[in-house]
Amino acid sequence: MIVKVNGNEVVLEKAISLKELLVVQQVRTPEYVTVQLNNEFISAGSFEDTLIKDGDEIEFLYFMGGGQAL
Amino acid sequence: MKFTNEQMERYSRNIILNEVGVKGQIKLLESKVLIVGTGGLGAPAALYLAAAGVGTIGLVDADAVDLSNLQRQIIHSTTKVGKPKVASGREAINDLNPDVNVVTYQEWVSSANITDIIKDEDYDFIIDGTDNFPAKFLINDACVLLHKPFSHAGIIKFFGQTMTYVPGQGPCYRCVFLNPPPPNTVPTCKEAGVLGVMGGIIGTVQATEAVKYLLGIGELLTGRLLVFDALEMEFRTVTLASRKNCVVCGENPTLKDLIDYEQRACEL
Repeated sequence: MIVKVNGNEVVLEKAISLKELLVVQQVRTPEYVTVQLNNEFISAGSFEDTLIKDGDEIEFLYFMGGGQAL
Repeated sequence: MKFTNEQMERYSRNIILNEVGVKGQIKLLESKVLIVGTGGLGAPAALYLAAAGVGTIGLVDADAVDLSNLQRQIIHSTTKVGKPKVASGREAINDLNPDVNVVTYQEWVSSANITDIIKDEDYDFIIDGTDNFPAKFLINDACVLLHKPFSHAGIIKFFGQTMTYVPGQGPCYRCVFLNPPPPNTVPTCKEAGVLGVMGGIIGTVQATEAVKYLLGIGELLTGRLLVFDALEMEFRTVTLASRKNCVVCGENPTLKDLIDYEQRACEL
């Protein structure tokens, strides 16, 4: 099945959970990433129970600092 | 308000735009924008807003100019090393455009002062040019509680992202990111590095959003996160979901008092 992760098509051999997708996509700080699945926020507590379906659109949103220390 | 001949000439490229005109230029000259942090993001934002003729620009920064800042903080210059950044910023702004009234706040923002700073000139729009998450959440919460629009942004390495909050028109920063990450879990620019132009590109997007908001034109980055990857040279806008139970901007907000999150020792 084919899903979209941050706009890029990703082919998955079998149905996996969001938690597994975070591993497959090598997200380095999965505990601090915000996840949107088909334009809805998914809470971190639901990553394991949320199964990815064909055609799903997933966005991993990352913390970004930068600028000037204040 | 009447323009002098010099102002007509200075702002002629703005005024000739149908979306700006004389009316829009007067609006800009009567507008007040607060820039928190005069670093990589705040520096270009301040210069473009000054050039555009935003009449009052507030600068918040307790820091002094350091040589390592000059790789990206283009409002400062070599002769200003060691000077307070807000003083250096004011001089650069007034060199560029003496029309601008620059208000300086040589302090770090905290729950104790941010409300007073925003209320000081009753700023129309706020730009978050800070580098750390306690300040970013503080600015978000203060703006939501005071019903003020603001532009959030972050940059690191070759990446940047920015979104705009306007009261009642989409999610706030906290809707997306909930709480600051614990100290030392997300790298800073000092640790990870940042290409100097990243602040230029993203800070200039922030200035663009401020000008659009002040003029009431175009589509703002409300409900959208603009994500920029300089290595791929790719801009994406991610449509953001709304969070009805957001603790600060949701239907039943519970956050009424500003929070000073733990600040890591950092001297970026």
